[in-house]
Amino acid sequence: MSGIAMPQPDEHILKRAPQIVAALREALPQDTVISDPEETRAYECDALTAYRCAPLAVVLPRSTGEVAAVMRICADMGVPVVPRGAGTSLAGGALPTADCVVIGTARLRDVLEIDTDNRFIRVQTGVTNLSVSEMLEPHGFFYAPDPSSQLACTIAGNIAMNSGGAHCLKYGVTTNNLMGATVVLTTGEIVELGGPELGASGLDLLGLLCGSEGQLGIVTEAVLRIMPRPEGARPVLIGFDGAEVAGECVARIIRSGVLPVAIEYMDEPCLRAVEDFAHAGYPDCAAVLIVEVEGSPDEIADQIARIRRIADELNPVEFRESRNADDALAIWKGRKSAFGAMGRLGDYICLDGTVPVGRLPQTLRGIGELSKQHGLEVANVFHAGDGNMHPLILFDANEPGQLERAEAFGADILRLCVEMGGCLTGEHGVGVEKRDLMGTQYDALDLEMQMEVKHAFDPAWLLNPAKVFPLEASAPYRLKAAE
Amino acid sequence: MTTDAISRLAPATEDELGGIVAEHFASGQPLRIAGGGTRVQTGHVAGELLTTRAISGVVTYEPGEMTLIARAGTPLQEIEAMLASEGQALAFEPPDLRRVLGGDGLPTIGGMVAANASGPRRVMAGACRDHLLGVRFVDGQGRILKNGGRVMKNVTGLDLSKLLCGSFGTLGVLTEVAMKTLPHAQARATLAFPGVDEAAALRIFASALATPFEISGAAFHDGTAWLRIEGLPPQLAYRQKRLQDLFSGHEIGILDADATVSLWRDLRDVTHFAGTDAPLWRVLVKPSDAPVIAGALRRLGGQVSLDWGGGLIWYCGPGEVAAVRAIAPHSVLVRHAGQNGLAFPPQSEPVARLSQGLRRKFDPAGILNPGLMGV
Repeated sequence: MSGIAMPQPDEHILKRAPQIVAALREALPQDTVISDPEETRAYECDALTAYRCAPLAVVLPRSTGEVAAVMRICADMGVPVVPRGAGTSLAGGALPTADCVVIGTARLRDVLEIDTDNRFIRVQTGVTNLSVSEMLEPHGFFYAPDPSSQLACTIAGNIAMNSGGAHCLKYGVTTNNLMGATVVLTTGEIVELGGPELGASGLDLLGLLCGSEGQLGIVTEAVLRIMPRPEGARPVLIGFDGAEVAGECVARIIRSGVLPVAIEYMDEPCLRAVEDFAHAGYPDCAAVLIVEVEGSPDEIADQIARIRRIADELNPVEFRESRNADDALAIWKGRKSAFGAMGRLGDYICLDGTVPVGRLPQTLRGIGELSKQHGLEVANVFHAGDGNMHPLILFDANEPGQLERAEAFGADILRLCVEMGGCLTGEHGVGVEKRDLMGTQYDALDLEMQMEVKHAFDPAWLLNPAKVFPLEASAPYRLKAAE
Repeated sequence: MTTDAISRLAPATEDELGGIVAEHFASGQPLRIAGGGTRVQTGHVAGELLTTRAISGVVTYEPGEMTLIARAGTPLQEIEAMLASEGQALAFEPPDLRRVLGGDGLPTIGGMVAANASGPRRVMAGACRDHLLGVRFVDGQGRILKNGGRVMKNVTGLDLSKLLCGSFGTLGVLTEVAMKTLPHAQARATLAFPGVDEAAALRIFASALATPFEISGAAFHDGTAWLRIEGLPPQLAYRQKRLQDLFSGHEIGILDADATVSLWRDLRDVTHFAGTDAPLWRVLVKPSDAPVIAGALRRLGGQVSLDWGGGLIWYCGPGEVAAVRAIAPHSVLVRHAGQNGLAFPPQSEPVARLSQGLRRKFDPAGILNPGLMGV
């Protein structure tokens, strides 16, 4: 086990495990509660697989009322609750503790309302991200946030982590597309925030809730903003022989008034891995940008011509246009297989820091230097338009000490992101992974205010405790609540 | 620091401001928080007036990063001119309510964030809160805090910036805000649909907003519905043609770029309900409910206009607070004009309790705009 500590489970809770499970079983339909250790093991980790711990029990409710019943029981019996969507968090957001009850959204799968006149969809939050857009397709609409795990990840998890995706340069992240939520508080109370109206008066509790990583409540239903599908979309590929000039191209595109839906960046190590794996036919160069624009065929042609003029001033190694759907697929092929390609090279940690776009070249240089210092390879593939980096640190999990070295390297990269004026996490969340780095971005007082806000919602600190905030900083709250 | 004739506290720095609030925290004396004093009528709020207008100046503006950081008291006019010189803008089109509310202050960027002030383009681009990247503020104990940052994607910790946005100075006094800026559209036009009622306007809005033509304004007043389109010049021509085809059964007038700019500035600033001191209500509804609610409001004896594709109703006219709220619960009284009652609507019990709990965390002595926002 490596660097990230979790608090010792509460012996008193573990001793009362049979009574807790019995109380849950009494309140809920039989197949809702899982306590057999063989079965709870399936919930021992999320996509941050280096950390595992089976929970005391798992509950898979089918309704808001059932979630509320579980929350009431857990509050009454003083049992921590760890909410879980599909378990695709890369930050350990759904990592259980031995003394917790996991509330999973897997069976909250109903679509409740599609209203294209008012441009929203209302769903139970266990539906997957991709299925929302698929359901909207016949209506000519889509749901904008598209995290790369969209096939599996749930709306509940998207809301908890304020997920983004490749297209958020134009359409924003989850918080910009969330209109309303049905929230179960730690008391079991059910609260409606927002709705089909464009905004509400009063404090923006919905905005606070989104991205709160299960610290404040569990969202069981959501009203999501939907948008008309664009007439078409087309990428171009631009190769450059240096990171600096590629970064400059990104800034000039943005300044020009063209607003692409996505600007993706891949560096040389990533390009090499992708070429070996997917044979996407990318140019052999230091950096590749994939820029996607939307509209009618003429609008697309006009925007691509503008981008070409900007790129040409910077002497690209290659400027590749897609003339049809097959070309477009070929351009995206390498980018979409990047993570798979990197996985073939060995184990990796995927980071998520954001830096101001103007600082991208400098940050990439810094990451290169850190790579030498730590003696581990790193590849960069990320959303360049908004500065959201995804350095992939390669290591060998079977070699003792390598995970720790990779984690130390990752921590240094995130510190660098903060130094550059950026932040620790752009779309994955803090979870347990970046919890103890929070002090690099926020002062003690800033963190105290955030913990006080959690305290206002969850005075007993039962909701996803020991995450988001440095363990040491949250200890006084957790200990006081346990008294 | 200056304290002018009407006993206005106007600290020039964040530290000075922190000192003033700390003193008031210790003494329990309330403060009436304002930026330029142009957005919310706080006459009924107790306390000495504290304005952030002297905490002014742009900290950094990076057009290639679409990022602006400015101190709270910076005049919005100054910022808009600076962004325009780089071909950018605040996409949510913050309204200027001086024509409607009177008053001679200068709208500030801090006041804009504190009010979550968003104009007609909100229907496409989102609200002020969607473009806010980070804040610095002084809490009710006089402590200086920050949240968020200057980058567009940031999920590090709890999003207190959203909470501060639209909190009207009740959680803290903003001292600095970081905003996302966007390229300003290069071309624009308006399609005008004369001779329609609210129900017909809503049908036009729903059809138009279901197209991929990025309608950036959908408003109605006095028998005319308007749709605004924007974009690169070739996009604009294409979008106009497609919309004219879609609504071929309607009589449509086309407004050019200049007429479009002035029409939407007036709609943004609600100037059609200026020049009277009748109560003015800002009502948020599900767009398709707008015709029925607008009709019921009109029967109280006043006039209505619609914005945000029907999602926002302005009601100008008589009516007791209770009567308006019975028709439209999500209604905020923007211009009081002697009306009794709270400016903000009451909330459900758990939401009110959570909001009060948060206010106690940020402002334990209850000195920041007490009485505003229902507490």
